[in-house]
Amino acid sequence: MMLDRLFPARPDRLCDIRRAVAEASDRAGCDPDTVHDVVLAVDEACQNIIRHAYKGGDGDIRVQMECRPGTLVVRLIDFAPPVDVAAIRPRPLDDLRPGGLGTHFIRTVMDEVAFLPPPEGAGNLLQMTKRIGEP
Amino acid sequence: MNMETREVNGTVVVELHGEVDLQHSPKVRKLLMELMLDRRDVLVDMSRVAYIDSSGVASLVEAYQMSRRNSNRLTLVAVSSPAMRVLQLARLDKVFSIADSVDAALGG
Repeated sequence: MMLDRLFPARPDRLCDIRRAVAEASDRAGCDPDTVHDVVLAVDEACQNIIRHAYKGGDGDIRVQMECRPGTLVVRLIDFAPPVDVAAIRPRPLDDLRPGGLGTHFIRTVMDEVAFLPPPEGAGNLLQMTKRIGEP
Repeated sequence: MNMETREVNGTVVVELHGEVDLQHSPKVRKLLMELMLDRRDVLVDMSRVAYIDSSGVASLVEAYQMSRRNSNRLTLVAVSSPAMRVLQLARLDKVFSIADSVDAALGG
């Protein structure tokens, strides 16, 4: 496991998550553009957890990153009530308005994004994978 | 993240430094919306934006929409490569008015 850390689900801690994810992606051999995109996807997914899972209340996000051959796997685990997955979808881009872009970014930069059955005691598990060159 | 503003020939230049993320984008939104309400012409210098997320982009979109309604100018200037990547992902790189430099934006 390249990263397995618990972070408070707060806007002022997103910078710590971004830094940890950037370091792990770099160690996994990602080029700088890929590091940026993985960091963006994790940041946006954590924002969704803060806003929609914890609804601004207290909680933690467990960030796990693992490198499989040719693939970076990121798992975000929260301990909030399960979210309505069907309600999370990207909005059409031709509708110019602020907001709703985060999910579009996640789905555009990552290769696979899926909610998986969470481990015992957790609320939600979002897994995102990104194909990378061999380090 | 830091913001600095200065005035050049009646145009307000807002320089954004650092990471425009969920924690800091409300400050950017507030400043830009105040300037839009005052119908000021604004250049947003993004050369030192190390990172911007969807909340930062949303602040720019909101200001842009108000600039269109009020017929004042909002131009993004010297957009850094990570910020341009995010604008392209949002397909906003062809929507915003974007200039290479403050001088080019003021001269153009």
